[in-house]
Amino acid sequence: MTPTHTPKAAARPTRRALLAAPLLAALARPALGQGTAGAARVLRFIPRSDVAVLDPIATTAHVTRNHAFLVWDTLYGLDADAAPQPQMAEGHVAEEEGRRILIRLRQGLLFHDGEPVRARDAVASIRRWARRASLGQALMAATEELSAADDRTIVFRLKRPFPRLFEALASPSPPACFVMPERLARTDPGTPIRGELVGSGPFRFVAGERAAGSRLVYARFEGYQPRAEGEASWTAGPKRAHLDRVEWLVTPEPAAAAAALRAGEADWWEEPTAEALAALRRDRNIVQESLDPTGVLALARFNALHPPFDKAPVRRALLAAIRQGEFMEAVIGADRSLWRDEVGVFPPGSPMASDEGLDVMEGRRDFDRIRRGVTEAGYAGEKVVVLGIADVPPLAALSRVGAETLRRAGLEVEALSLPWAEVVARRTRREPPADGGWSISFATLAGLDAFHPGVHPGLRGNGADGWFGWPTLPRLEAMREAWLEAAELPAQQRIARDIQRAALEEAPFLPLGQYFQGTAYRRGLTGMPKGLPAFWNVQRVNG
Amino acid sequence: MFAYVVRRVLATIPVMAVVALFVFSLLYIAPGDPAAVIAGDQATPADVERIRQSLGLDRPYLVRFGAWLWDILNGDLGTSIFTNLPVSTMIAQRIEPTLSLMVVTLILAISVAVPMGVVAAWKQGTVIDRAVMAFAVVGFSVPVFVVGYLLAYFFALEWDLLPVQGYTPLSRGVWPWLQNLILPAIALGTVYIALIARITRATMLEVLQQDYIRTAKAKGVGQAGMLFLHALKNAAVPIVTVIGIGIALLIGGAVVTESVFAIPGLGRLTVDAILRRDYPVIQGVVLLFSFVYVLVNLAIDLAYTLFDPRIRY
Repeated sequence: MTPTHTPKAAARPTRRALLAAPLLAALARPALGQGTAGAARVLRFIPRSDVAVLDPIATTAHVTRNHAFLVWDTLYGLDADAAPQPQMAEGHVAEEEGRRILIRLRQGLLFHDGEPVRARDAVASIRRWARRASLGQALMAATEELSAADDRTIVFRLKRPFPRLFEALASPSPPACFVMPERLARTDPGTPIRGELVGSGPFRFVAGERAAGSRLVYARFEGYQPRAEGEASWTAGPKRAHLDRVEWLVTPEPAAAAAALRAGEADWWEEPTAEALAALRRDRNIVQESLDPTGVLALARFNALHPPFDKAPVRRALLAAIRQGEFMEAVIGADRSLWRDEVGVFPPGSPMASDEGLDVMEGRRDFDRIRRGVTEAGYAGEKVVVLGIADVPPLAALSRVGAETLRRAGLEVEALSLPWAEVVARRTRREPPADGGWSISFATLAGLDAFHPGVHPGLRGNGADGWFGWPTLPRLEAMREAWLEAAELPAQQRIARDIQRAALEEAPFLPLGQYFQGTAYRRGLTGMPKGLPAFWNVQRVNG
Repeated sequence: MFAYVVRRVLATIPVMAVVALFVFSLLYIAPGDPAAVIAGDQATPADVERIRQSLGLDRPYLVRFGAWLWDILNGDLGTSIFTNLPVSTMIAQRIEPTLSLMVVTLILAISVAVPMGVVAAWKQGTVIDRAVMAFAVVGFSVPVFVVGYLLAYFFALEWDLLPVQGYTPLSRGVWPWLQNLILPAIALGTVYIALIARITRATMLEVLQQDYIRTAKAKGVGQAGMLFLHALKNAAVPIVTVIGIGIALLIGGAVVTESVFAIPGLGRLTVDAILRRDYPVIQGVVLLFSFVYVLVNLAIDLAYTLFDPRIRY
């Protein structure tokens, strides 16, 4: 339901408008008369998709994570230098050589029902989050006891120092560690929270105005206390809500979303398609930029359980067939400012990124040699089921180029093109490809989700407990453990380089490049966030 | 007549039961897993399995069908797997926009198409007739979404006369409500206007050859009276039939139109539910649509008696 309609023709008379005006004046007048009083403090946002699941722990969907950052706050935030900063936490004290960590909550924090935020709420929230987040699982594995010493003090008693503790609590990679009331946080993490959404963040979810699949409404929470000091940076620093209301208008049809943005019926469209971005570029009222400097990493994921990709040499041999530029052009076009190739397993420019081992994807591509290499590596002509995605444009592009590349590399390819809902179901199947399983599929990871070995799902080698593909790679697991325990940045970077080299040798996935998803918003919005679509500190300079 | 109506209403029960069984079975065998969709892109198999169990999706077919049927018999359409909202609540939230769109489209289509068809038959072979037929061909040939985008581009974006998307409830005023429906109703109604206009013309041409029309003319009945009272009434049965059949067209077209104009109606609810495999919502909406369609057919059968007194039930 989007009743407001902002007139603009008066400011931009055209010959067609002038010709049409007398004929349609009677029709037009009432429409033009409908104003947008008070719209200056209302922001209408078109998210990438509907927020089907409201619970940010039950799902790893980014749209739910983005919704959750309005409603809930985190103990720590991540700044633009990827450093954790206290957010709901006032600060912390490390005792017993880092084996006892006391985190102190800020004074005066309130939930949206008016109840104070207590340490036991945070403890329950951490426990629930840790059952789903891989970094959380690592943290809990290092934790002997997690408790609330009093209403404002959270105590971690660790088996061994865990240098990534604050990074884990600050990570915005879904699921992020949001602080909920204890009664909600006691819900099983596999069961989405039912009923009330009592938040701790700068905006309140207005459940009564939700029209599932169509509209979500958030109102400023007057009881929220932003940090007094520091600078807003990614999910860290003062989160000041300048807007009275944020309305999310779910508009799956790109043309309708583009039209709404152009007509001023929406203020911000999170993820326009490449075609829409090109069309919107001509509109001077609309600003385009990429808000996430970490971009999106594309990858092809192997099913390591079945031939031929149960053999690391076969997977590795295919690296030589990859030219990331081909994939990126298919995804987002020829404009080199929108993508990067020669990308490893971490987002270029991030602290863990390096060019270690990337030479395997460089040089002249000789498909005869690649075919010989694949055969020598143990490929015996098995049919390769490419689990392609039909209805998500970037993934569809990756699937098309991927299937063609595999064919040229001499593999017997059966390329499927299925709706996303079928792909996510089918890729959980561990049966052989011929029995309804799959051999290779495609995915994208937000840069923050691949920021370091602690969060990157593709770098896990924990078999059946890991991400789809299920490679068992003890070497990568051991390196990850070492990275988690490395306290200093140089040591972390050294291990990350080793991890990248090992990942390119074991090849649990093929890195396909990095692209930057543009966002589009109407001129007049300031304080636009970086990292993820957040709404604190955003305001209009002209109503 | 009353007994007939009661019989027909009772006959909807087995029809609905068959629809229910069919829809449930179809969804059961259809590929896709809502637990995997809920869990998200980075979930592990264990996460997906945990969600599947918590939603009861791991239970056998008969157990799930039995539980669902029992709920239906108790007036409960179930709860959405994703939103946790009762399906009846979701349908209630979405029914007004769809109903509004269909009613406005129906009124627009009938009030435009019937006179067009009548005039085309009256002026058979003239430019008017050819223009109406040309419109009908174009109306049939151009997809709803093309008409929708063209209307949105010119009337909303270029001329800024009407909103480009969304829906305003009737409770906020007739004009704001209508404002959001004009373009979608034209887009959705074009094919419907073409269909009704063609049928009206064809039926009218047949009726205008009848002896009683010649008699009416000989008696000096005016042109308008002859066309709209004598001829149209006798041509009404096939026209009403087509209007009824067209309700199905409208339901299908509403899905596309609601997407083009971002109207939060039942069409979009259905598409979203199918894409996510939200089984209870799909089942609830399909049952509702089936029920509506059965009722529309009944209403048409009853309408025949108004136009042709020879028809008795």
